Amino acid sequence: MSAFLSIRNLSAVLKGGPPLLRSVSLDVAAGEVRGLVGESGAGKSMIGKAVLGILPRAVEVVEGEIWLDGVDLLRLKPTERRRRIGATAALIPQDPMTALNPSRRIGPQITDRLVDILGWRRAAADARALELLEQVHIPDPARVMRAYPHELSGGMRQRVLIASAFAAEPKLIVADEPTTALDVTVQKQILRLIAQMQARHGTALLFVTHDLGVVSKICGTLSVLYAGKVVEDADVRDFFAAPAHPYSAALLAATPRYTDPKAGLNPVPASVIKAVDAEISAFDRGWRNG
Amino acid sequence: MVEAVKPPPLYQVSDLRLSFPDMARKSLFGAAPGIEVLHGLSFDIARGEVLGIVGGSGSGKTTLGRVLVRLLQPTGGQLKFDGQEIGALDEAALRPLRRRFQMIFQDPMSSLNPRRRVGSIIAAPLKLHGFDAVSRRVDEALDHVGLPRAFRHRYPHELSGGQRQRVGIARAIAMQPEFILADEIVSGLDVSSQATVLALLEDLVRDLGLTLAFISHDLSVIRRLCSHIMVLESGRIVEHRPTDALFDSPQSDYTRTLIDAIPLPDVDADWINRD
Repeated sequence: MSAFLSIRNLSAVLKGGPPLLRSVSLDVAAGEVRGLVGESGAGKSMIGKAVLGILPRAVEVVEGEIWLDGVDLLRLKPTERRRRIGATAALIPQDPMTALNPSRRIGPQITDRLVDILGWRRAAADARALELLEQVHIPDPARVMRAYPHELSGGMRQRVLIASAFAAEPKLIVADEPTTALDVTVQKQILRLIAQMQARHGTALLFVTHDLGVVSKICGTLSVLYAGKVVEDADVRDFFAAPAHPYSAALLAATPRYTDPKAGLNPVPASVIKAVDAEISAFDRGWRNG
Repeated sequence: MVEAVKPPPLYQVSDLRLSFPDMARKSLFGAAPGIEVLHGLSFDIARGEVLGIVGGSGSGKTTLGRVLVRLLQPTGGQLKFDGQEIGALDEAALRPLRRRFQMIFQDPMSSLNPRRRVGSIIAAPLKLHGFDAVSRRVDEALDHVGLPRAFRHRYPHELSGGQRQRVGIARAIAMQPEFILADEIVSGLDVSSQATVLALLEDLVRDLGLTLAFISHDLSVIRRLCSHIMVLESGRIVEHRPTDALFDSPQSDYTRTLIDAIPLPDVDADWINRD
C-alpha cells in the first residue's frame, strides 16, 4: 500500500539561522497511526506544521518533498496548497483551552470550515456536527452546539476538537500532543476515542507526543526525532522490545514505569547525548559539503 | 505501637475544611453561601516523609497544598505545624514561620520574574527574611541544584525548562526550610529533564533532611519518589498509605482507576479498551 503522506528529505532552517529539520523522511499509510516522538525542540510539532502548511514565517523549507495523496505540496502555489490541505487534512491541537474561540458558540466553530471552505449547506453541516458530537460521546450534543467553550470541561472541549477534526472526513489527521493538557483518566478516554474514530474512518494519523507510554498504546509505527533528525523509524512492537538507536533506548529508560520504581526515570546519560550530537554534527558537515 | 517511638509529626492535620464563597449563588446584598472544597481531612506528615498527593483535576490537591503552606486560610479544623496551630494565624504572625515552609511552583516560566537575573531571584526571599551572607547562600543553593554559579547572571529565558525548574528549587532550599511543597513541578518537563529533577529532589531530601509534599497527577513519578501516597477525590481522602502497599493492593476503585489509566511504555493492544 502506498503511503497517503510521504515526507522525503525535508530540511528546514530558521531564516538566517540554525537547521530545524534535517532531511526528515517518513511515511503514513491510510489507516496507519504513526507516533512522532522527541523532546522539546526536537522538531516534532514543526513536521506537523509543515504538513498542514502552517509553518511560522521565520521558518524556511530548504529542500525536500511532502507528498499528500500523490501530490507534492511544496510544488503547489500557496492558494492551491491551502485548498488541497484543507480538503484532505485536519489538526487535533494540543490545548483545548486556547484552540476554541471563547466568544463563539461550539456549533459554528465546527461547521464554519464545512460551510465556508468546503461549500456545504448550513443544514447539512449542522447535521454532520451533531452526528460527530454523538460519535465522540458528548451527552446532549444539541445543547453543546449552542454552548460556549467555557461551559465545557477540558475533556469535553478536547472531544469537540476531535469531532471538529473528523467532520470533513479528512484522510490525514495531525494530532499535536492532544492529551498533554489532560488528566490521566481523561487522557485514557480521549486516546480511546481517537483510536475508535481513526479506525472507523480509516484515517492516516500522525500523532505528535513526547510520551512513549502513549505511543505504545495508540501507534503502529513511530519516528524518534533528535535535533530535527529522525534517529529511528520502527514498528512499535520492535521498538518497545528493543530500541535500535542508543538515544531512543535512553529516552525509553527515562520514561517512568509505576510497575517497577527502580526502572524508568533514568536521566539520559551525557555519553548518549554526546554521541548523538556528534552524529548530528557529522550529518551537518556532509550536508554543507554535499 | 510503632507510632509511639517516632518524633512528633511535622504536620498534624485534623478535620481540615475549606470553603470558598459561591459567587454564583450570592444574593444581591447578602453574603455568598460557602461551597466546601476540602471536606474534613485528617492526616499527619512525619519529619523526613515524602508524601505524594494525587488526584484528578478538581480533587482539591492544589488547594490542600496551598493550605499547608498557608497561602489559603482553612475555614475549619486544626492545622498544626511543628506543634503550633497555624490555621488561624494572620499574615504578621505567619511571617516568621514562612521561611520554614517553602513552595516550588508548576510553571517556572510564570513563577520566575522574567526581568530579574537568577541570582536576584534566589536572593529576594533571603533578603526579605533578613539572612546574612546572601551572596554566599545563593552560590550554595546553585551548587545544591547542580547549576554553575555563573548562572546567577542569567535571565530565566536563557535557561532550559529543566534548568528553570532547578532555579525554583534553589530559591526554595536557600531558605533552609523544613518543609517543601512541590506542585506538579515536573509535569511540564521532557522525560529526561523530569528524571534529572526527580533525582535531584531525592538527593536533596536525603542530604538536607527535608520533608516534602509532592503534588502530581502522575502516579509513576510519585511511586519513584514518595514514601507515602494520599489519594484525593472531590476534596476527600480516598486512601493514604505507604507507597508500596498502595500499589500492591489499592483499596478503592478510584485508586485502581488512576493506576490503570497510566500508559506504561509497553505494547498492550487491549489496554485502550479496558475499563
